[in-house]
Amino acid sequence: MKLYAKTAHELHDMLVAKEISAAELTESVLAQQAATEEKVGAYITTLADEAMAQAKAVDEKIAAGEKIGFLAGIPGAIKDNICTKGIKTTCASKMLENFVAPYDATVMTKLAAENPVVVGKTNMDEFAMGGSTENSAMKITHNPRNLDCVPGGSSGGSAAAVAAGSAIWALGSDTGGSIRQPASFCGVVGLKPTYGRVSRYGLVAFASSLDQIGPLTRDVTDAANIMNVISGHDMMDSTSSPAEVPDFTKALTGDVKGLKIGLPKEYFGAGIAPEVASSVKAAIEQLTKLGAEVTEISLPHTEYAVSTYYLIAPAEAATNLARYDGVSFGARVEGADIVEMMTNTRTQKFGPEVKRRIMIGNYALSAGYYDAYYLKALKVRTLIQRDFTEAFKSVDVIACPTAPTPAYKIGSMVSDPLAMYMMDISTVPLNLAGLPGISLPCGVAADGLPIGLQLMGKPLDEMTVLRAAYAYEQTQDYHKTLVPEGGAE
Amino acid sequence: MKVTEKDVNTVAVLSRLSFSPEEMTEYAEKFSAIIDYMDILQKADTADVPPTAHALPMQNVLREDVVRPSIDRELALLNAPEKEDGYFKVPKVLEE
Repeated sequence: MKLYAKTAHELHDMLVAKEISAAELTESVLAQQAATEEKVGAYITTLADEAMAQAKAVDEKIAAGEKIGFLAGIPGAIKDNICTKGIKTTCASKMLENFVAPYDATVMTKLAAENPVVVGKTNMDEFAMGGSTENSAMKITHNPRNLDCVPGGSSGGSAAAVAAGSAIWALGSDTGGSIRQPASFCGVVGLKPTYGRVSRYGLVAFASSLDQIGPLTRDVTDAANIMNVISGHDMMDSTSSPAEVPDFTKALTGDVKGLKIGLPKEYFGAGIAPEVASSVKAAIEQLTKLGAEVTEISLPHTEYAVSTYYLIAPAEAATNLARYDGVSFGARVEGADIVEMMTNTRTQKFGPEVKRRIMIGNYALSAGYYDAYYLKALKVRTLIQRDFTEAFKSVDVIACPTAPTPAYKIGSMVSDPLAMYMMDISTVPLNLAGLPGISLPCGVAADGLPIGLQLMGKPLDEMTVLRAAYAYEQTQDYHKTLVPEGGAE
Repeated sequence: MKVTEKDVNTVAVLSRLSFSPEEMTEYAEKFSAIIDYMDILQKADTADVPPTAHALPMQNVLREDVVRPSIDRELALLNAPEKEDGYFKVPKVLEE
Protein backbone atom coordinates (compact mmCIF):
# COMPACT_ATOMS: atom_id res chain seq x y z
CA MET A 1 0.00 0.00 0.00
CA LYS A 2 1.20 3.50 -0.84
CA LEU A 3 2.26 5.60 2.14
CA TYR A 4 -0.44 8.22 1.48
CA ALA A 5 -3.12 5.52 1.93
CA LYS A 6 -2.04 4.42 5.40
CA THR A 7 -3.30 5.51 8.81
CA ALA A 8 -1.40 7.89 11.08
CA HIS A 9 -0.75 5.19 13.68
CA GLU A 10 0.72 2.80 11.09
CA LEU A 11 2.92 5.59 9.76
CA HIS A 12 3.96 6.68 13.26
CA ASP A 13 5.14 3.13 13.99
CA MET A 14 7.05 3.03 10.69
CA LEU A 15 8.72 6.37 11.48
CA VAL A 16 9.73 5.21 14.95
CA ALA A 17 11.08 1.95 13.52
CA LYS A 18 12.99 4.04 10.93
CA GLU A 19 11.39 2.06 8.09
CA ILE A 20 10.47 5.33 6.41
CA SER A 21 11.47 8.96 6.75
CA ALA A 22 9.07 11.84 7.30
CA ALA A 23 10.40 13.42 4.10
CA GLU A 24 9.61 10.28 2.09
CA LEU A 25 6.10 10.13 3.60
CA THR A 26 5.46 13.83 2.98
CA GLU A 27 6.64 13.49 -0.63
CA SER A 28 4.12 10.67 -1.09
CA VAL A 29 1.25 12.75 0.28
CA LEU A 30 2.27 15.87 -1.65
CA ALA A 31 2.49 13.84 -4.88
CA GLN A 32 -1.01 12.47 -4.23
CA GLN A 33 -2.20 16.01 -3.48
CA ALA A 34 -0.74 17.22 -6.78
CA ALA A 35 -2.30 14.28 -8.63
CA THR A 36 -5.80 14.53 -7.16
CA GLU A 37 -6.30 18.22 -6.43
CA GLU A 38 -7.45 19.22 -9.90
CA LYS A 39 -10.30 16.68 -9.76
CA VAL A 40 -11.12 16.82 -6.02
CA GLY A 41 -10.39 20.45 -5.08
CA ALA A 42 -10.08 19.84 -1.35
CA TYR A 43 -7.69 22.72 -0.65
CA ILE A 44 -7.84 26.50 -0.63
CA THR A 45 -4.14 26.85 0.26
CA THR A 46 -1.47 24.19 -0.29
CA LEU A 47 1.80 24.32 1.62
CA ALA A 48 4.25 21.99 -0.15
CA ASP A 49 7.49 23.85 0.70
CA GLU A 50 6.53 24.45 4.33
CA ALA A 51 5.49 20.80 4.64
CA MET A 52 8.82 19.50 3.35
CA ALA A 53 10.71 21.76 5.77
CA GLN A 54 8.59 20.46 8.68
CA ALA A 55 9.20 16.87 7.58
CA LYS A 56 12.97 17.33 7.40
CA ALA A 57 13.00 18.84 10.89
CA VAL A 58 11.22 15.72 12.20
CA ASP A 59 13.74 13.46 10.42
CA GLU A 60 16.54 15.35 12.18
CA LYS A 61 14.85 14.75 15.54
CA ILE A 62 14.51 11.05 14.78
CA ALA A 63 18.16 10.86 13.64
CA ALA A 64 19.21 12.57 16.89
CA GLY A 65 17.38 9.90 18.84
CA GLU A 66 14.69 12.24 20.20
CA LYS A 67 11.30 10.88 21.22
CA ILE A 68 8.61 12.05 18.78
CA GLY A 69 4.91 12.76 19.26
CA PHE A 70 2.11 10.74 17.67
CA LEU A 71 1.59 13.22 14.84
CA ALA A 72 5.28 14.05 14.30
CA GLY A 73 6.03 14.00 10.59
CA ILE A 74 2.50 12.89 9.67
CA PRO A 75 0.95 15.11 6.95
CA GLY A 76 -2.42 16.62 7.85
CA ALA A 77 -4.79 19.35 6.69
CA ILE A 78 -6.54 22.15 8.58
CA LYS A 79 -10.00 23.53 7.84
CA ASP A 80 -9.69 27.11 6.65
CA ASN A 81 -11.67 28.57 9.57
CA ILE A 82 -8.93 27.66 12.07
CA CYS A 83 -6.45 30.50 12.51
CA THR A 84 -2.89 29.75 11.42
CA LYS A 85 -0.32 32.44 12.13
CA GLY A 86 1.27 33.75 8.95
CA ILE A 87 -0.89 31.56 6.69
CA LYS A 88 -4.15 32.74 5.13
CA THR A 89 -7.38 31.84 6.94
CA THR A 90 -10.17 32.64 4.49
CA CYS A 91 -13.26 30.78 5.78
CA ALA A 92 -13.88 30.26 2.03
CA SER A 93 -15.22 33.84 1.95
CA LYS A 94 -14.42 36.86 -0.21
CA MET A 95 -14.66 38.76 3.08
CA LEU A 96 -11.47 37.08 4.39
CA GLU A 97 -9.81 36.32 1.04
CA ASN A 98 -6.57 38.00 2.12
CA PHE A 99 -6.82 37.59 5.89
CA VAL A 100 -3.63 36.38 7.53
CA ALA A 101 -4.26 35.53 11.19
CA PRO A 102 -1.88 37.36 13.53
CA TYR A 103 -2.01 34.43 15.97
CA ASP A 104 -2.42 30.65 16.09
CA ALA A 105 -5.60 28.95 17.28
CA THR A 106 -5.04 26.96 20.49
CA VAL A 107 -5.40 23.68 18.55
CA MET A 108 -2.55 24.81 16.28
CA THR A 109 -0.34 25.55 19.30
CA LYS A 110 -1.16 22.13 20.73
CA LEU A 111 -0.46 20.46 17.38
CA ALA A 112 2.83 22.35 17.00
CA ALA A 113 4.16 20.67 20.14
CA GLU A 114 3.84 17.37 18.21
CA ASN A 115 5.70 18.58 15.08
CA PRO A 116 3.12 17.49 12.52
CA VAL A 117 3.41 18.32 8.83
CA VAL A 118 0.66 20.65 7.59
CA VAL A 119 0.07 20.23 3.85
CA GLY A 120 -2.70 22.82 3.47
CA LYS A 121 -5.88 24.62 4.49
CA THR A 122 -9.07 22.98 3.31
CA ASN A 123 -12.17 24.17 1.49
CA MET A 124 -15.48 24.56 3.31
CA ASP A 125 -18.88 26.16 3.05
CA GLU A 126 -18.42 29.91 3.54
CA PHE A 127 -18.10 30.58 7.30
CA ALA A 128 -19.03 26.88 7.80
CA MET A 129 -22.64 27.53 6.73
CA GLY A 130 -23.80 24.60 4.66
CA GLY A 131 -23.70 20.85 4.26
CA SER A 132 -22.13 20.37 0.84
CA THR A 133 -19.13 22.75 0.53
CA GLU A 134 -20.99 24.24 -2.46
CA ASN A 135 -21.32 27.51 -0.52
CA SER A 136 -17.56 28.11 -0.77
CA ALA A 137 -16.71 31.39 -2.50
CA MET A 138 -13.43 29.80 -3.63
CA LYS A 139 -14.18 26.53 -5.41
CA ILE A 140 -16.30 23.39 -5.58
CA THR A 141 -14.96 20.31 -3.81
CA HIS A 142 -15.79 16.91 -5.33
CA ASN A 143 -16.35 13.70 -3.38
CA PRO A 144 -13.30 11.48 -4.04
CA ARG A 145 -15.58 8.38 -4.01
CA ASN A 146 -17.68 9.80 -6.85
CA LEU A 147 -16.57 13.06 -8.42
CA ASP A 148 -20.12 14.02 -9.47
CA CYS A 149 -21.19 14.15 -5.83
CA VAL A 150 -20.68 16.62 -3.00
CA PRO A 151 -18.22 15.73 -0.22
CA GLY A 152 -20.70 16.97 2.40
CA GLY A 153 -19.98 19.95 4.54
CA SER A 154 -19.13 22.23 5.92
CA SER A 155 -15.78 20.44 6.54
CA GLY A 156 -16.01 18.98 3.01
CA GLY A 157 -12.43 19.82 2.07
CA SER A 158 -11.04 18.13 5.20
CA ALA A 159 -13.10 14.95 4.61
CA ALA A 160 -12.25 14.88 0.90
CA ALA A 161 -8.52 15.35 1.58
CA VAL A 162 -8.42 12.38 3.98
CA ALA A 163 -10.50 10.25 1.58
CA ALA A 164 -8.35 11.22 -1.43
CA GLY A 165 -5.04 10.57 0.30
CA SER A 166 -3.95 14.19 0.00
CA ALA A 167 -3.78 14.25 3.82
CA ILE A 168 -3.50 11.45 6.38
CA TRP A 169 -5.66 13.31 8.91
CA ALA A 170 -7.46 16.63 9.13
CA LEU A 171 -9.12 19.00 11.55
CA GLY A 172 -12.65 20.23 10.95
CA SER A 173 -15.31 22.05 12.91
CA ASP A 174 -18.84 20.88 13.71
CA THR A 175 -21.67 23.33 14.46
CA GLY A 176 -24.59 21.20 13.26
CA GLY A 177 -22.91 18.12 11.79
CA SER A 178 -20.07 19.69 9.82
CA ILE A 179 -17.51 17.03 10.83
CA ARG A 180 -19.76 13.96 11.04
CA GLN A 181 -21.79 14.45 7.85
CA PRO A 182 -18.84 14.96 5.44
CA ALA A 183 -17.06 12.06 7.18
CA SER A 184 -20.14 9.95 6.39
CA PHE A 185 -20.32 11.16 2.75
CA CYS A 186 -16.59 10.56 2.12
CA GLY A 187 -16.21 7.29 4.03
CA VAL A 188 -13.88 8.47 6.79
CA VAL A 189 -14.11 8.78 10.58
CA GLY A 190 -15.22 12.14 12.04
CA LEU A 191 -15.46 12.94 15.74
CA LYS A 192 -17.32 15.89 17.25
CA PRO A 193 -16.13 16.23 20.84
CA THR A 194 -18.28 17.41 23.76
CA TYR A 195 -18.86 21.17 23.66
CA GLY A 196 -15.94 22.65 25.63
CA ARG A 197 -13.62 19.64 25.31
CA VAL A 198 -11.48 21.31 22.63
CA SER A 199 -10.67 25.02 22.80
CA ARG A 200 -12.44 27.25 20.29
CA TYR A 201 -9.83 30.02 20.64
CA GLY A 202 -8.82 30.90 17.09
CA LEU A 203 -11.72 29.09 15.46
CA VAL A 204 -13.52 31.77 13.43
CA ALA A 205 -16.89 31.96 15.19
CA PHE A 206 -20.09 30.86 13.45
CA ALA A 207 -22.47 29.91 16.30
CA SER A 208 -20.52 30.15 19.52
CA SER A 209 -22.75 27.92 21.68
CA LEU A 210 -22.57 25.09 19.12
CA ASP A 211 -19.14 25.21 17.40
CA GLN A 212 -16.58 22.55 18.23
CA ILE A 213 -13.29 21.47 16.59
CA GLY A 214 -12.58 17.78 15.99
CA PRO A 215 -10.57 15.27 13.91
CA LEU A 216 -11.29 13.58 10.56
CA THR A 217 -9.24 10.41 10.13
CA ARG A 218 -8.97 7.04 8.36
CA ASP A 219 -9.83 5.04 11.47
CA VAL A 220 -11.00 5.27 15.08
CA THR A 221 -7.50 4.75 16.51
CA ASP A 222 -6.27 7.89 14.75
CA ALA A 223 -9.28 9.85 16.03
CA ALA A 224 -8.53 8.82 19.64
CA ASN A 225 -4.86 9.75 19.28
CA ILE A 226 -5.63 13.17 17.82
CA MET A 227 -8.15 13.81 20.62
CA ASN A 228 -5.28 13.26 23.05
CA VAL A 229 -3.37 16.06 21.33
CA ILE A 230 -6.09 18.71 20.92
CA SER A 231 -8.26 18.31 24.04
CA GLY A 232 -8.02 20.20 27.30
CA HIS A 233 -8.87 23.35 29.19
CA ASP A 234 -7.76 26.67 27.73
CA MET A 235 -7.84 29.95 29.60
CA MET A 236 -8.27 31.74 26.27
CA ASP A 237 -11.73 30.16 25.81
CA SER A 238 -14.15 30.91 28.66
CA THR A 239 -16.45 28.08 27.48
CA SER A 240 -13.61 25.55 27.65
CA SER A 241 -14.31 22.67 30.04
CA PRO A 242 -12.03 22.28 33.08
CA ALA A 243 -12.76 18.52 33.13
CA GLU A 244 -9.78 16.19 33.24
CA VAL A 245 -8.78 14.71 29.87
CA PRO A 246 -8.48 10.92 29.82
CA ASP A 247 -6.11 8.96 27.57
CA PHE A 248 -8.59 8.33 24.77
CA THR A 249 -6.59 5.41 23.38
CA LYS A 250 -7.53 3.47 26.54
CA ALA A 251 -11.02 3.20 25.01
CA LEU A 252 -9.70 1.10 22.14
CA THR A 253 -10.26 -2.29 23.79
CA GLY A 254 -12.69 -3.98 21.41
CA ASP A 255 -14.79 -4.96 24.42
CA VAL A 256 -18.45 -3.90 24.41
CA LYS A 257 -19.89 -6.70 26.57
CA GLY A 258 -22.86 -5.34 28.50
CA LEU A 259 -22.68 -1.93 26.76
CA LYS A 260 -26.21 -0.55 26.49
CA ILE A 261 -27.00 0.92 23.07
CA GLY A 262 -30.16 2.92 22.47
CA LEU A 263 -31.82 3.13 19.06
CA PRO A 264 -33.95 6.30 18.91
CA LYS A 265 -37.05 5.44 16.88
CA GLU A 266 -37.37 9.05 15.67
CA TYR A 267 -34.06 8.70 13.78
CA PHE A 268 -35.17 5.73 11.69
CA GLY A 269 -38.41 7.24 10.35
CA ALA A 270 -39.47 8.69 7.02
CA GLY A 271 -36.76 10.33 4.93
CA ILE A 272 -34.05 7.78 5.78
CA ALA A 273 -32.91 6.01 2.60
CA PRO A 274 -33.58 2.23 2.90
CA GLU A 275 -29.93 1.33 2.21
CA VAL A 276 -28.83 3.73 4.97
CA ALA A 277 -31.27 2.23 7.49
CA SER A 278 -30.27 -1.35 6.61
CA SER A 279 -26.51 -0.65 6.82
CA VAL A 280 -26.89 1.05 10.20
CA LYS A 281 -29.05 -1.78 11.52
CA ALA A 282 -26.50 -4.34 10.29
CA ALA A 283 -23.79 -2.42 12.17
CA ILE A 284 -25.84 -2.50 15.36
CA GLU A 285 -26.37 -6.24 14.84
CA GLN A 286 -22.56 -6.61 14.78
CA LEU A 287 -22.32 -4.80 18.10
CA THR A 288 -24.93 -7.11 19.67
CA LYS A 289 -22.90 -10.11 18.46
CA LEU A 290 -20.01 -8.66 20.47
CA GLY A 291 -22.17 -8.58 23.58
CA ALA A 292 -23.77 -5.14 23.52
CA GLU A 293 -27.40 -4.86 24.56
CA VAL A 294 -29.72 -2.93 22.27
CA THR A 295 -32.98 -1.26 23.25
CA GLU A 296 -35.33 1.04 21.39
CA ILE A 297 -35.56 4.48 22.97
CA SER A 298 -37.43 7.69 22.24
CA LEU A 299 -36.10 11.24 21.88
CA PRO A 300 -39.57 12.78 21.58
CA HIS A 301 -38.59 16.35 20.69
CA THR A 302 -36.47 15.35 17.67
CA GLU A 303 -39.05 16.79 15.25
CA TYR A 304 -38.25 20.28 16.60
CA ALA A 305 -34.46 19.99 16.28
CA VAL A 306 -34.02 21.41 12.77
CA SER A 307 -36.23 24.46 13.46
CA THR A 308 -34.54 25.05 16.80
CA TYR A 309 -31.10 24.81 15.23
CA TYR A 310 -31.96 27.05 12.27
CA LEU A 311 -33.11 29.80 14.63
CA ILE A 312 -30.31 29.57 17.21
CA ALA A 313 -27.39 29.09 14.81
CA PRO A 314 -28.35 31.99 12.49
CA ALA A 315 -29.09 34.25 15.49
CA GLU A 316 -25.61 33.60 16.86
CA ALA A 317 -24.13 33.91 13.36
CA ALA A 318 -25.83 37.27 12.75
CA THR A 319 -24.25 38.51 15.98
CA ASN A 320 -20.80 37.01 15.33
CA LEU A 321 -20.65 38.22 11.73
CA ALA A 322 -21.48 41.80 12.73
CA ARG A 323 -17.70 42.17 13.18
CA TYR A 324 -17.19 42.15 9.39
CA ASP A 325 -17.67 45.87 8.94
CA GLY A 326 -14.69 46.80 6.75
CA VAL A 327 -12.89 48.52 9.62
CA SER A 328 -10.26 46.45 11.42
CA PHE A 329 -9.72 43.41 9.20
CA GLY A 330 -11.17 41.68 6.17
CA ALA A 331 -12.37 43.25 2.95
CA ARG A 332 -13.62 46.81 2.51
CA VAL A 333 -15.72 48.25 -0.31
CA GLU A 334 -15.73 52.06 -0.23
CA GLY A 335 -18.91 54.12 0.16
CA ALA A 336 -19.92 57.76 0.55
CA ASP A 337 -20.10 57.50 4.34
CA ILE A 338 -19.33 54.87 6.97
CA VAL A 339 -22.75 53.17 6.86
CA GLU A 340 -22.62 52.92 3.10
CA MET A 341 -19.06 51.59 3.31
CA MET A 342 -20.18 48.85 5.75
CA THR A 343 -23.27 48.00 3.70
CA ASN A 344 -21.32 47.82 0.44
CA THR A 345 -18.63 45.68 2.06
CA ARG A 346 -21.09 43.18 3.52
CA THR A 347 -23.36 43.08 0.47
CA GLN A 348 -20.51 42.44 -1.97
CA LYS A 349 -18.26 40.21 0.13
CA PHE A 350 -20.71 37.81 1.82
CA GLY A 351 -22.16 34.97 -0.29
CA PRO A 352 -25.89 34.23 -0.61
CA GLU A 353 -26.18 31.57 2.13
CA VAL A 354 -24.27 33.68 4.66
CA LYS A 355 -26.55 36.64 3.90
CA ARG A 356 -29.62 34.40 4.23
CA ARG A 357 -28.51 33.23 7.68
CA ILE A 358 -27.69 36.75 8.86
CA MET A 359 -31.17 37.79 7.72
CA ILE A 360 -32.93 34.85 9.44
CA GLY A 361 -30.90 35.49 12.57
CA ASN A 362 -31.60 39.19 12.77
CA TYR A 363 -35.28 38.56 11.99
CA ALA A 364 -35.51 36.06 14.87
CA LEU A 365 -33.75 38.51 17.18
CA SER A 366 -35.71 41.61 16.18
CA ALA A 367 -38.33 43.31 18.33
CA GLY A 368 -41.70 41.63 17.96
CA TYR A 369 -40.27 38.26 16.91
CA TYR A 370 -37.72 37.62 19.67
CA ASP A 371 -40.12 35.80 22.02
CA ALA A 372 -41.93 33.87 19.29
CA TYR A 373 -38.78 32.61 17.58
CA TYR A 374 -35.44 33.03 19.34
CA LEU A 375 -36.61 32.65 22.95
CA LYS A 376 -38.97 29.83 21.96
CA ALA A 377 -36.06 28.03 20.27
CA LEU A 378 -33.92 28.35 23.42
CA LYS A 379 -36.73 26.76 25.46
CA VAL A 380 -37.16 23.90 22.99
CA ARG A 381 -33.38 23.47 23.15
CA THR A 382 -33.89 22.67 26.85
CA LEU A 383 -36.47 20.02 25.92
CA ILE A 384 -34.10 18.45 23.39
CA GLN A 385 -31.31 18.38 25.95
CA ARG A 386 -33.68 16.81 28.51
CA ASP A 387 -34.57 14.08 25.99
CA PHE A 388 -30.91 13.05 25.94
CA THR A 389 -30.49 13.31 29.72
CA GLU A 390 -33.51 11.04 30.15
CA ALA A 391 -32.33 8.54 27.50
CA PHE A 392 -28.83 8.33 28.96
CA LYS A 393 -30.30 7.17 32.28
CA SER A 394 -30.90 3.78 30.64
CA VAL A 395 -28.31 3.57 27.82
CA ASP A 396 -24.57 4.25 27.48
CA VAL A 397 -24.51 5.23 23.84
CA ILE A 398 -27.08 6.09 21.15
CA ALA A 399 -26.75 4.74 17.59
CA CYS A 400 -28.38 6.08 14.42
CA PRO A 401 -27.54 7.11 10.84
CA THR A 402 -25.26 10.14 10.45
CA ALA A 403 -27.16 11.43 7.43
CA PRO A 404 -30.48 10.35 5.90
CA THR A 405 -28.88 9.59 2.51
CA PRO A 406 -25.44 9.01 1.00
CA ALA A 407 -23.78 11.94 -0.80
CA TYR A 408 -25.97 13.60 -3.44
CA LYS A 409 -25.11 15.11 -6.82
CA ILE A 410 -23.40 18.48 -6.96
CA GLY A 411 -25.98 21.17 -7.74
CA SER A 412 -29.01 19.01 -6.96
CA MET A 413 -30.02 20.78 -3.72
CA VAL A 414 -28.76 24.36 -4.03
CA SER A 415 -32.05 25.93 -5.10
CA ASP A 416 -33.93 24.70 -2.03
CA PRO A 417 -32.27 25.83 1.21
CA LEU A 418 -35.08 24.44 3.38
CA ALA A 419 -34.74 20.92 1.91
CA MET A 420 -31.00 21.16 2.56
CA TYR A 421 -31.58 22.24 6.18
CA MET A 422 -33.81 19.20 6.74
CA MET A 423 -30.91 16.91 5.76
CA ASP A 424 -29.34 17.88 9.10
CA ILE A 425 -32.01 16.15 11.18
CA SER A 426 -29.69 13.44 12.60
CA THR A 427 -26.74 15.68 13.40
CA VAL A 428 -28.04 18.99 14.84
CA PRO A 429 -29.59 17.58 18.07
CA LEU A 430 -26.13 16.62 19.31
CA ASN A 431 -24.82 20.20 18.97
CA LEU A 432 -27.91 21.63 20.66
CA ALA A 433 -27.28 19.29 23.61
CA GLY A 434 -23.48 19.78 23.52
CA LEU A 435 -22.77 16.04 23.38
CA PRO A 436 -19.94 14.04 21.74
CA GLY A 437 -20.56 11.97 18.62
CA ILE A 438 -18.70 10.08 15.95
CA SER A 439 -19.44 9.03 12.40
CA LEU A 440 -17.68 6.01 10.94
CA PRO A 441 -18.19 4.02 7.74
CA CYS A 442 -20.71 1.18 8.06
CA GLY A 443 -21.59 0.40 4.47
CA VAL A 444 -21.36 1.29 0.82
CA ALA A 445 -24.47 2.10 -1.23
CA ALA A 446 -25.14 0.60 -4.66
CA ASP A 447 -23.37 3.46 -6.45
CA GLY A 448 -20.20 3.11 -4.37
CA LEU A 449 -20.99 5.93 -1.96
CA PRO A 450 -20.21 5.36 1.71
CA ILE A 451 -22.79 5.25 4.52
CA GLY A 452 -22.04 6.48 8.04
CA LEU A 453 -22.99 5.12 11.46
CA GLN A 454 -23.36 7.79 14.14
CA LEU A 455 -22.72 7.01 17.80
CA MET A 456 -23.61 9.64 20.41
CA GLY A 457 -22.48 9.75 24.03
CA LYS A 458 -23.04 11.40 27.38
CA PRO A 459 -21.40 14.77 28.11
CA LEU A 460 -17.59 14.37 28.28
CA ASP A 461 -17.90 10.62 27.60
CA GLU A 462 -15.99 10.41 24.32
CA MET A 463 -14.43 7.27 25.85
CA THR A 464 -17.61 5.18 25.51
CA VAL A 465 -18.29 6.56 22.02
CA LEU A 466 -14.75 5.60 20.93
CA ARG A 467 -15.02 2.20 22.64
CA ALA A 468 -18.19 1.29 20.72
CA ALA A 469 -16.84 2.73 17.46
CA TYR A 470 -13.54 0.86 17.73
CA ALA A 471 -15.22 -2.46 18.60
CA TYR A 472 -17.50 -2.15 15.56
CA GLU A 473 -14.63 -1.08 13.30
CA GLN A 474 -12.71 -4.26 14.15
CA THR A 475 -15.58 -6.40 12.79
CA GLN A 476 -15.48 -5.01 9.27
CA ASP A 477 -13.01 -3.69 6.75
CA TYR A 478 -14.54 -0.50 5.33
CA HIS A 479 -11.64 1.45 6.82
CA LYS A 480 -9.30 -0.83 4.89
CA THR A 481 -11.23 -0.95 1.61
CA LEU A 482 -12.22 2.73 1.50
CA VAL A 483 -8.65 3.71 0.71
CA PRO A 484 -7.58 6.47 -1.65
CA GLU A 485 -7.35 5.41 -5.25
CA GLY A 486 -5.21 6.29 -8.21
CA GLY A 487 -3.12 9.37 -8.48
CA ALA A 488 0.49 9.30 -7.45
CA GLU A 489 2.69 6.28 -7.96
CA MET B 1 -46.55 33.66 8.78
CA LYS B 2 -46.17 35.74 5.64
CA VAL B 3 -42.93 37.70 5.60
CA THR B 4 -43.40 40.89 3.60
CA GLU B 5 -40.84 42.75 1.52
CA LYS B 6 -41.14 45.54 4.08
CA ASP B 7 -40.03 43.12 6.83
CA VAL B 8 -37.15 41.96 4.65
CA ASN B 9 -36.13 45.55 4.02
CA THR B 10 -36.16 46.39 7.75
CA VAL B 11 -34.00 43.38 8.61
CA ALA B 12 -31.67 44.15 5.67
CA VAL B 13 -31.06 47.67 7.01
CA LEU B 14 -30.40 46.27 10.50
CA SER B 15 -28.01 43.71 8.97
CA ARG B 16 -26.18 46.36 6.89
CA LEU B 17 -27.03 44.45 3.72
CA SER B 18 -28.74 45.72 0.59
CA PHE B 19 -30.70 43.76 -2.00
CA SER B 20 -31.95 44.48 -5.50
CA PRO B 21 -35.77 44.54 -5.94
CA GLU B 22 -35.63 41.04 -7.53
CA GLU B 23 -33.52 39.69 -4.66
CA MET B 24 -35.94 41.31 -2.22
CA THR B 25 -38.89 39.44 -3.76
CA GLU B 26 -36.98 36.14 -3.77
CA TYR B 27 -35.89 36.63 -0.19
CA ALA B 28 -39.42 37.39 0.98
CA GLU B 29 -40.62 34.13 -0.65
CA LYS B 30 -37.88 31.82 0.65
CA PHE B 31 -37.98 33.57 3.99
CA SER B 32 -41.69 32.92 4.34
CA ALA B 33 -41.17 29.21 3.62
CA ILE B 34 -38.37 28.98 6.17
CA ILE B 35 -40.26 30.95 8.85
CA ASP B 36 -43.37 28.83 8.19
CA TYR B 37 -41.29 25.74 8.88
CA MET B 38 -40.05 27.31 12.14
CA ASP B 39 -43.66 27.70 13.26
CA ILE B 40 -43.69 23.97 14.12
CA LEU B 41 -42.03 25.11 17.37
CA GLN B 42 -45.26 26.75 18.51
CA LYS B 43 -46.61 23.19 18.98
CA ALA B 44 -44.03 22.43 21.67
CA ASP B 45 -45.24 22.96 25.22
CA THR B 46 -42.62 25.18 26.83
CA ALA B 47 -44.65 26.46 29.79
CA ASP B 48 -42.27 26.55 32.79
CA VAL B 49 -39.32 25.45 30.59
CA PRO B 50 -36.25 27.66 31.09
CA PRO B 51 -34.28 28.70 27.99
CA THR B 52 -30.86 27.08 27.34
CA ALA B 53 -28.36 29.48 25.84
CA HIS B 54 -25.38 27.21 26.50
CA ALA B 55 -25.07 23.44 26.65
CA LEU B 56 -22.53 23.49 29.49
CA PRO B 57 -23.72 24.53 32.95
CA MET B 58 -20.94 27.11 33.37
CA GLN B 59 -21.34 30.66 34.61
CA ASN B 60 -19.11 33.61 35.39
CA VAL B 61 -15.82 32.04 34.41
CA LEU B 62 -13.14 34.26 35.88
CA ARG B 63 -9.36 34.30 35.89
CA GLU B 64 -6.73 36.23 37.81
CA ASP B 65 -6.58 39.82 36.63
CA VAL B 66 -2.90 39.97 35.77
CA VAL B 67 -1.13 41.85 33.02
CA ARG B 68 -0.01 39.58 30.22
CA PRO B 69 1.56 40.35 26.86
CA SER B 70 -0.99 40.96 24.12
CA ILE B 71 -0.77 41.28 20.38
CA ASP B 72 1.38 44.24 19.37
CA ARG B 73 0.02 47.17 17.43
CA GLU B 74 1.77 46.42 14.18
CA LEU B 75 0.37 42.88 14.11
CA ALA B 76 -3.11 44.07 15.10
CA LEU B 77 -3.09 46.51 12.18
CA LEU B 78 -1.72 43.93 9.74
CA ASN B 79 -5.12 43.15 8.20
CA ALA B 80 -6.58 46.66 8.40
CA PRO B 81 -8.17 47.77 5.11
CA GLU B 82 -6.91 51.30 5.82
CA LYS B 83 -4.65 52.62 8.59
CA GLU B 84 -2.81 55.80 9.51
CA ASP B 85 -0.35 56.63 12.29
CA GLY B 86 -1.06 53.40 14.17
CA TYR B 87 -4.85 53.70 13.95
CA PHE B 88 -7.62 52.09 11.92
CA LYS B 89 -8.94 54.64 9.43
CA VAL B 90 -12.64 54.90 8.53
CA PRO B 91 -14.73 57.33 6.48
CA LYS B 92 -15.79 60.42 8.44
CA VAL B 93 -18.47 59.59 11.02
CA LEU B 94 -19.28 62.98 12.57
CA GLU B 95 -20.70 65.96 10.70
CA GLU B 96 -18.74 69.25 10.69
